[in-house]
Amino acid sequence: MPNVTYIEPNGNQREIDVPAGWSVMQSAMSNGVEGIEAECGGSCACATCHCYIEGDLAAAVPAAAENELAMLDNVVAERKANSRLCCQIKMTPELAGLVVRFPDAQS
Amino acid sequence: MSAGMVIIGAGLAGLTAAETLRAEGYEGPITMIGDEAYGPYHRPPLSKGYLLGETQEAQLIMRAPELIAKKNISMKVGARVTAIDRAAKRVTLTDGSTLDYAGLLLCTGSRLRPLPLPGADTLKGIFGLRSLDDSKAIAAALETANNVVVIGGGFIGLEVAAAARKKGKTVTVLEAADRLMARVVAPLISSFYYDLHTGNGAEVVLGAMVSELVGKDGHIAAVKTKDGREFAADLLIVGIGILPNAEIAQAAGIECNGGIVVDACSRTSDPAVTAAGDCTARRLADGSFRRLESVQNAVEQAKSAAFALLGKEREFNAAPWFWSDQYDIKLQMVGLTAGFEQVVTRGDPATKKFSAFYFKAGKLIAIDSLNQPAEHMSGRKFFDKGVSPTPEQAADTAFALNTLLA
Ligand SMILES: Cc1cc2nc3c(=O)[nH]c(=O)nc-3n(C[C@H](O)[C@H](O)[C@H](O)COP(=O)(O)OP(=O)(O)OC[C@H]3O[C@@H](n4cnc5c(N)ncnc54)[C@H](O)[C@@H]3O)c2cc1C
Ligand code: FES
Repeated sequence: MPNVTYIEPNGNQREIDVPAGWSVMQSAMSNGVEGIEAECGGSCACATCHCYIEGDLAAAVPAAAENELAMLDNVVAERKANSRLCCQIKMTPELAGLVVRFPDAQS
Repeated sequence: MSAGMVIIGAGLAGLTAAETLRAEGYEGPITMIGDEAYGPYHRPPLSKGYLLGETQEAQLIMRAPELIAKKNISMKVGARVTAIDRAAKRVTLTDGSTLDYAGLLLCTGSRLRPLPLPGADTLKGIFGLRSLDDSKAIAAALETANNVVVIGGGFIGLEVAAAARKKGKTVTVLEAADRLMARVVAPLISSFYYDLHTGNGAEVVLGAMVSELVGKDGHIAAVKTKDGREFAADLLIVGIGILPNAEIAQAAGIECNGGIVVDACSRTSDPAVTAAGDCTARRLADGSFRRLESVQNAVEQAKSAAFALLGKEREFNAAPWFWSDQYDIKLQMVGLTAGFEQVVTRGDPATKKFSAFYFKAGKLIAIDSLNQPAEHMSGRKFFDKGVSPTPEQAADTAFALNTLLA
């Protein structure tokens, strides 16, 4: 299973195997990673699953769709060039080794 | 141990309230009691991806139990509160045990409105959709069913109808009103969705008053309507709305009126008790009551409810928003359409990308966006900032709505 490194707001790092087809949000939630709220459950409606993609693999992540771009407008923490909503990132073998950092605030 | 905060209901509102109490620095005991077999899970996918097998049960989890425990929130599932003693500040559970509280949060959600017809609770093959168990049962029944009849052309009924069509079933939607989702959207949106569902092969019958359930060998076989028509059904989905779970509050003498009455800060008639989510009816400034059934409402009211018990005022005044996924259309709604006088469309419905702007006395009151997420987000900001485009600006796609927000 491809793995993702999650960096919690306090800097704590957690490396987790994410089943292909799961979103980066879902595996954070089912593994108890801190730093997102994901109120809408991955429907791209709440903007409380904001993350920053770190490192080289950022380029391998498929670009955000129109829906996600619109919702990114609503994030509470600073929106950066590498800002994404992690419920919209589906795990694939190409993304093995992905590093995502969660901001201090989601709402 | 001193009495702490007790939360009745382990759904979205309950979880949000618990986490908000901790985030706001509350250090006393928090106990969240839920009568389902599961900890908090997301309901919206139950009528969408979960029915199609695209979302698995483990993906519905809102919080891993270890994260709840780490926040020192004690969660009891499979436990039901049966009574509230406000004088003693104590709740009683099904097993007879009791729990004292300093503050009580009612996050009891809602339940399905039953179909008031003989056979509705005895025939096999009849389901409503509220819980994970309901969705599991429907998903299993869909494996063998051929003729699916859905009573109720609201969001959940239509989402289930779309899922059943995607699984290749014969689908009939019976709606009592003369259009779909009549309670919340304008006629032009209703007719767009009528075309969407019929275009995908479902039969949609408007003005259909269901009068009889026909059983065969203990299983649903057909549904009859008042005008004498009969629709074969081996799977019947009832989606005729919900009822707030307000009974234990009412029995305890807390003011209820079509839900547990709360103010903008989620306070009930008892200062030691707050309420949030589907179980509430919010008293508005003009004295009327409003009940919302949405993710946003559950989250926002729960945050306010937690604040209120800590002695802090946090009003929930943002414009309501909601979404629904049916076939390839994402409907996003913001504001409330009630009492609209004028509707203008922005974009061409034939492209399946457009918005409907609702006006009352010349002022924007709601927007329904279909596959137009940017317009939906602009809409949320219009309401946040209290600005309104004119109907002419809204209808003119050459006019950039964002210029009004600058
Ligand atoms: C199929 C479906 C699809 C939906 N789709 C959308 C959507 O697309 N967008 C959207 O915004 N909203 C949607 N909703 C609505 C949204 O899920 C609800 O508004 C939200 O779940 C309300 O949260 P809540 O915490 O108030 O209630 P609930 O989630 O119902 O939680 C309340 C919990 O309390 C428990 N409980 C009740 N009484 C007691 C008691 N006495 N003791 C112990 N426990 C008790 C209940 O069993 C339940 O588990 C959907 C709902 C359903 C059912
Ligand atoms: S979980 Fe709501 S936008 Fe990602």
